[in-house]
Amino acid sequence: MSNWGMQKAALGERLTAGRRHAKGKIVPLPSLPAFLAAVIRSGDRVCLEGDNQKQADLLAAALANLDPAEISDLHMVQSGVVLPAHLDIFEKGIARRLDFSYSGPQSARIARMLFGRKIELGAVHTYLELFARYFIDLTPNVALIAAVSADKDGNLYTGPNTEDTPTVVEATSYKNGLVVAQVTEIVDKVPRVDIPGDLVHFVVEAGRPFYVEPLFTRDPAAITETQILTAMLAIKGIYAPYGVRRLNHGIGFNTAAIELLLPTYGEKLGLKGKVCTHFALNPHPTLIPAIESGWVDQIHCFGSEVGMEDYVAARSDIFFTGPDGSLRSNRAFCQTAGLYACDMFIGSTLQIDLEGHSSTVTTSRIAGFGGAPNMGSDPRGRRHPSEPWLKAGAEAAPDAAPALRRGRKLVVQIGETFGERNAPLFVERLDALELARELKLDLAPVMVYSDDVTHIVTEEGIANLLMCRSKDEREQAIRGVAGYTDIGRARDAKLVEQLRQRGVIRRPEDLGIDPLDADRRLLAARSIKDLMLASGGLYRPPSRFRNW
Amino acid sequence: MEKLSFRLTAARSAGGSRAQAIVGVVASGNLEVLLERASPTDTCTIDIATAAHGFGAVWDAVVRDFVARRPAGGLRISINDGGARPDTVALRLAQGVRKIEEPER
Repeated sequence: MSNWGMQKAALGERLTAGRRHAKGKIVPLPSLPAFLAAVIRSGDRVCLEGDNQKQADLLAAALANLDPAEISDLHMVQSGVVLPAHLDIFEKGIARRLDFSYSGPQSARIARMLFGRKIELGAVHTYLELFARYFIDLTPNVALIAAVSADKDGNLYTGPNTEDTPTVVEATSYKNGLVVAQVTEIVDKVPRVDIPGDLVHFVVEAGRPFYVEPLFTRDPAAITETQILTAMLAIKGIYAPYGVRRLNHGIGFNTAAIELLLPTYGEKLGLKGKVCTHFALNPHPTLIPAIESGWVDQIHCFGSEVGMEDYVAARSDIFFTGPDGSLRSNRAFCQTAGLYACDMFIGSTLQIDLEGHSSTVTTSRIAGFGGAPNMGSDPRGRRHPSEPWLKAGAEAAPDAAPALRRGRKLVVQIGETFGERNAPLFVERLDALELARELKLDLAPVMVYSDDVTHIVTEEGIANLLMCRSKDEREQAIRGVAGYTDIGRARDAKLVEQLRQRGVIRRPEDLGIDPLDADRRLLAARSIKDLMLASGGLYRPPSRFRNW
Repeated sequence: MEKLSFRLTAARSAGGSRAQAIVGVVASGNLEVLLERASPTDTCTIDIATAAHGFGAVWDAVVRDFVARRPAGGLRISINDGGARPDTVALRLAQGVRKIEEPER
């Protein structure tokens, strides 16, 4: 006879242990260390909320201060390994195993710790994939989350940076896990209920806001003319012919340049209303000029962006906002939107090989992926047609019966042929393979697989991989836009010229792009200050971006 | 400072009638390109002074592609390079031939 209800009983024990350190649901800040030690058990699966933007930083620090003699062997399941404390937890032996998605600023240290066997790696996921596993085989026993405010019943207001919170709470709380929230302040009535109090067991008042990284802010002053040329190629050679209206832009200066060229170059090409009308996108400051000039109809956001709160609140015709007026973001929904309802993903990467596999992992840095592998993949479950999707499908399989032919999502990798510190974008062999070998991983951490990528854009031109009919053609199409990297210089010039005649490769001159237009004067804003002015003063750039 | 010189046969000669054009700036990671009319019209000469040593093979590839792809015949081009990446060099050269064929403003 099974003893049912064991998980509920275990949760009951945690609640009883926690209540000894709390007044109702409220844990006084000085009691936090003793409280955490009372509710967390060795071997627990713990979700410490944090992604590429918001961080439950108070709870992260408290977790890292636990005594490993009391609590150890935690299995961390979290979107982002971003704060030093996230790795201190492993360094001190409190946690052992890690499943995650993104590790931007900790990419070098996480690599060292993986090689030093300080961390037992489960897998590097894409966000949506990790969220999915929260509901199947990586359900947290304890979730440590972050919100703006709470009432005494535990109702939470997450403000513009809702991000992962609803997903984490749903998976944890409905499966008998414990949910603990840090909040800036405890109030009588929250501005809106983002998370119902029934699902939240304890709240601690931090007395200060949780940390948010302004990850999506790109200073227009740093955009180069090569990036402008590359952006013009993308707009005229991909956005225009496919009529891409629904899309996601990755992080980076290349896509920032595209955003800033819409009201100038895009306008000149007569593309307003024909491209870039609907986005799955964070509130990028560089999109302000396009929004203000009426290019964009609607944007759904993964998270917010520091300084964009008032602007977003004042543009509820474009953004999703709550009854309190502020942005409602939701990473899981926006990732789903980016996967199924967008016709294009365009973003940069660090390495592309001769087949078209790409990765942001190098042997000394494991940056993770975030959402790119999800958005940068062709959703095989998609069933609704659209012009760009059908056109891409037809290019990939011109002879297939149209009514039975799958469309294709446009997955575009964009970048200059030489990146930071003159590192070539194109390589014979991805560093990710070396990493996988050394760490004995079954899978190399590939961001976008070769069979998903449809176009590669560099300053030298566009390679349309949908139109390649053999492995050899594909390789030469990639070499043909690889510029003066070793990969580019080893091209078969004759075959590359044939590919160009067929339109598989298109150069600036083939598209009638004047190199004299690759000028910073073409940018709709040339500084952060310009962006602020374009927003009518609603955008409030973080101090690190203010240089006036 | 490394100095490199190229004298290449050009299939197409530069358009327009401007005597000279200048694009870019001398700065780290950037370059200044001076283009002047010279004869014969089927030849392009390029003189490079660069701060970065040991990139002769890349310069060779960049200038050969440039002369093959753009109407560069009849030009004497002088480059003052501050260690620009090849993509920047290629863009400046392309801008240079476009500028010399533009009417004076």
